[in-house]
Amino acid sequence: MTTRLDTEGRLLAGNHDPAPLGAAEGLIDAVERAGLRGRGGAGFPTGRKLRAVAAGRGPATVVVNACEGEPVSAKDHALLTRAPHLVLDGAVLAALAVRAHRIVVCVHEGDPLGPALTAVLATRHDPVPVRVRAVPRRYVASEESALVNLINTGDARPTSRPPRPDQRGVGGRATLVSNAETLAQVALIARHGADWFRTAGTAESPGTTLVTIGGAVRDPGVREVALGTPLGQVLEHAGAAADAQAVLVGGIAGAWLPLPAAAAVPLAHRELHEAGAPLGVGALYVLPARACGLAETARIAGFLAGESAAQCGPCMFGLPALADDLTRVVGGDGTVVARLRHRLGVVEGRGACRHPDGAVRVTRSALDVFADDLARHAAGRPCVHIGQARVPLRRRYP
Amino acid sequence: MTHELHVNRIACRAHGLCAELLPEGIDLDEWGYPIVAAGPVPDELLADARAAVAACPALALRLAGTG
Repeated sequence: MTTRLDTEGRLLAGNHDPAPLGAAEGLIDAVERAGLRGRGGAGFPTGRKLRAVAAGRGPATVVVNACEGEPVSAKDHALLTRAPHLVLDGAVLAALAVRAHRIVVCVHEGDPLGPALTAVLATRHDPVPVRVRAVPRRYVASEESALVNLINTGDARPTSRPPRPDQRGVGGRATLVSNAETLAQVALIARHGADWFRTAGTAESPGTTLVTIGGAVRDPGVREVALGTPLGQVLEHAGAAADAQAVLVGGIAGAWLPLPAAAAVPLAHRELHEAGAPLGVGALYVLPARACGLAETARIAGFLAGESAAQCGPCMFGLPALADDLTRVVGGDGTVVARLRHRLGVVEGRGACRHPDGAVRVTRSALDVFADDLARHAAGRPCVHIGQARVPLRRRYP
Repeated sequence: MTHELHVNRIACRAHGLCAELLPEGIDLDEWGYPIVAAGPVPDELLADARAAVAACPALALRLAGTG
């Protein structure tokens, strides 16, 4: 295994060669051989998605998801600030590979990245028209079917599947919705090939990934890490507090893992999935010793409840109920623990999108990882850390 | 050929008629939204399942053939 742990790495260096547009031919094969998986959260195999879109009838659309709606993630912004051409090259190459006739770059309203990307695009001469689209700053608005719905109808709410966007998306045609980092990885594969891509990472989880490290660490920020690197090594590199009690993996709708118990878990797709904390958007938020993971999770659950698109009943009513139950537990009310556990099972898997599932996952993981706190609070001892909000839940730009 | 029930979660308005017509296969959660039993609908319940699909005022329930 190649271990790569630095702040420049492959992606963020910014001194990339021009896009080899000829590499669009055979690109889908190369991406499949490289074993690239999406970096936007779901981790879907990118080659398979490209192939599905390429097989669609009529000219396709490529949607670059640069919203980065996860409050604890900053990696796409770091990438688009330092190496915007790499992302745009990847989008253009993907568009040529799937025979797309347009590219839409989705950025949150009010994000300075929007005007910056528009300026960058004005200096390029891309063979496919590219435009920047502002997206409402709602958590669920950057879910892939919501982006397609926004472009089609102006309504940035998820839609029911089937059809998936890769089958029928923008204008009813096959649409590739890809995260910004994923497309940058595609651009690197086009330049250097699948074998080169696999020189980092493991056979099963090849390549590098961007991670955003925050919380109780000396040196927070975005890093590029070879997949397969042990979680503890990644956190140590950022100067994580030695007595940190847990790490929130994958974003606020990810899952908690206990520290130091989970330090040996490799930062890789299967291993993290098996540990109950999928890689998601690669965010790692370290919780210090003197903080309450349950109180933090109650805040997160409340935030996610407020961010529901309020279309599906189990999400619209279930998420506030979960947040309310957990808040009561933190306040020392043990009578609702059984109801909370029951509701987690009821809500899971019953939305048109995966938003409710994320809220269930982070809440369920908190009940496991902070089982001692849970027992204390359930026995009538309220949390002494109430009001000490730590996990940031809002973006910084105005 | 087996059949499975699918709920369009966005269209569903918690009328609850489906659970009235197919109590063996559909429960309601505490907010009135259907919880559909996993897996194929048994043959002896297919007629009731079709009635539930037809009765949904929101057209949110669908019976899909698989395999």
